[in-house]
Amino acid sequence: MSTISGVFKKLKKEGKKALIPYIMAGDPSLNNTENFILELEEAGADMIELGVPFTDPLADGPTIQRAHERALRQGVTLRKILAFVEGIRQKTKIPLILMTYYNPVFKYGIEAFIKEAVRVGVDGVIVPDLIPDEAKDFIRIAREHGFDTIFLLAPTSTEERIRKVSTASKGFIYYVSITGITGAKLLMDDSMKNTLESIKEIAKRPVAVGFGISNPEEASLAASLADGIIVGSAIVRLIAEGKNIKGFVKAIKEAI
Amino acid sequence: MGKIKNLPDSKGHFNEYGGRFVPETLMPALIELEQAYKKYKKDKEFLAELNSLQKDYIGRPTSLYFARRLTEHLKGAKVYLKREDLCHTGAHKINNAIAQALLAKKMGKTRIIAETGAGQHGVAAATGAALVGLECEIYMGTEDMRRQALNVFRMRLLGAKVTEVTTGSRTLKDAINEALRDWTTNVRNTHYVMGTVFGPHPYPLMVRDFQSIIGKEARQQILKAEGKLPDCLIACVGGGSNSIGLFYAFLTDNMRMIGIEAGGLGIQTGKHAARFAGGSLGVFQGCKSYLLQDDDGNVLTTHSVSAGLDYASIGPEHCYLRDIKKIEYTYATDEEALEAFEVLSNTEGIIPALESAHAIAEALKVAPSMPTDSIIIVNLSGRGDKDVQEVARIKGIEL
Repeated sequence: MSTISGVFKKLKKEGKKALIPYIMAGDPSLNNTENFILELEEAGADMIELGVPFTDPLADGPTIQRAHERALRQGVTLRKILAFVEGIRQKTKIPLILMTYYNPVFKYGIEAFIKEAVRVGVDGVIVPDLIPDEAKDFIRIAREHGFDTIFLLAPTSTEERIRKVSTASKGFIYYVSITGITGAKLLMDDSMKNTLESIKEIAKRPVAVGFGISNPEEASLAASLADGIIVGSAIVRLIAEGKNIKGFVKAIKEAI
Repeated sequence: MGKIKNLPDSKGHFNEYGGRFVPETLMPALIELEQAYKKYKKDKEFLAELNSLQKDYIGRPTSLYFARRLTEHLKGAKVYLKREDLCHTGAHKINNAIAQALLAKKMGKTRIIAETGAGQHGVAAATGAALVGLECEIYMGTEDMRRQALNVFRMRLLGAKVTEVTTGSRTLKDAINEALRDWTTNVRNTHYVMGTVFGPHPYPLMVRDFQSIIGKEARQQILKAEGKLPDCLIACVGGGSNSIGLFYAFLTDNMRMIGIEAGGLGIQTGKHAARFAGGSLGVFQGCKSYLLQDDDGNVLTTHSVSAGLDYASIGPEHCYLRDIKKIEYTYATDEEALEAFEVLSNTEGIIPALESAHAIAEALKVAPSMPTDSIIIVNLSGRGDKDVQEVARIKGIEL
């Protein structure tokens, strides 16, 4: 069983939900990122999503777009992030998931990327512009190396898509709570509950909800419908404003 | 030369190129679009409506004009111009925009969105929306809005909302990112009118089909005028819709076909948009294709005097046609395009779009060494009115 699956299993036993904060690696610098990871762990994060900066982040809203731009200005690349993870593995064992657009991985080389990611201690990857239909080799190589591939589902997903994404996903499934981009406003209506129920019925693996969760109330509600929640833009905004993130993440943790 | 396969396959692949690299949220919309397109491309009523609009609204068929004075000037092959500049709104973009607007209406969408660089596709999409009665929003980088203020005003006159894009390099690629974000958010009632043979399947296929009328007409027209097929076809390649539009009807014939990319200030300067000369395989804005990128997979900024060619990637079918050596690709620099812009204006009284001037520049290079009974067709994809101000600025002339 992968580390990520292990965490979900343990939490389920304890009747708890996973808290997965997202931060952009290298925003505002990789030194800061190291401190943030340790702070997030202390605040109760169960695993951490690390963004890889890209010039054209088409699934991201303005808050995270600016984080991509800040990290790129620091010269942060996928290569540097992998080296960074190798370093931080001396200090923490918390599961780390890279969230990267496909082209940096494609350019790096799929097999080379997966081998190196596993070697340095990355636990899984989310690629928002890669659908299972285009990921045959990617999934096969990831399986060979025991690397978790986390694919996404959305409110528009049909039953056929749910089946396809479920089969392709290892670790958990990322449910995008809204039709939209990161940081958009969350709509808490019955449709989310209904879609999540049908996903859980078909998928039979953990589902974490992300996009648009910005406060403890929303976190609590989303967590009640899923196995975990992902909080990104709200944390990235605090970082951009130079504010402390620990208190906020603690409050979210207590709410779920 | 390799055999031409009937591509794309059912997943939108042209061999290793193309495909669908988009957020999962968009997948149902792409499948819906693909199915709707499959249905309506055989629907008699839809085709009749489209045919009638092509004739009475766009002004098709556009003429195939023998450029006598240009030919005399070059002392070589006979040069014909396919006059897409005479289309309503001034460029070939309208062929695709009208067809997609009509399709969106049939699909029950209430709103269309589009990206634009130079503003030609934005104007065409806004025109299509006005014609069929749909709400319309156009995304345009602030840098392009400054360069093309006139087109911004035209789009607004046509009832479209023009939204400025302030992220990234503030040009075409950023406008596409923003349009894709809008589509992801409003996918249920909105159709995204992509302006070129790029993006996720079925766009490269659908836009090619809607533009292939250019070559179908040209093939008949040249046979009628000369009793034989041309020896060479030339078209500029940004995303690649006017070129594929001209070439497609000739793909099973045997002749030289040349696609011209934007050489900008020269390949060695890095300031260009010649994807085949300076790019490598990548995945960008929905498909796998040649891409101008750095070693870490980040997309490079591009440069061209012509906004319509100023894009970091190229339609996936072009990569396939290049691999099988069916089409040659080369580039013209800003300087060469500007010279061609003036030569055509002076010899024929036709001011070409700066995009099309890249194709003219290639004709100036190849025609003189060809026999006088040989024939070149150049796709004159758009008219140059939109560029007059920019050319004056470059020449240091105050208007």
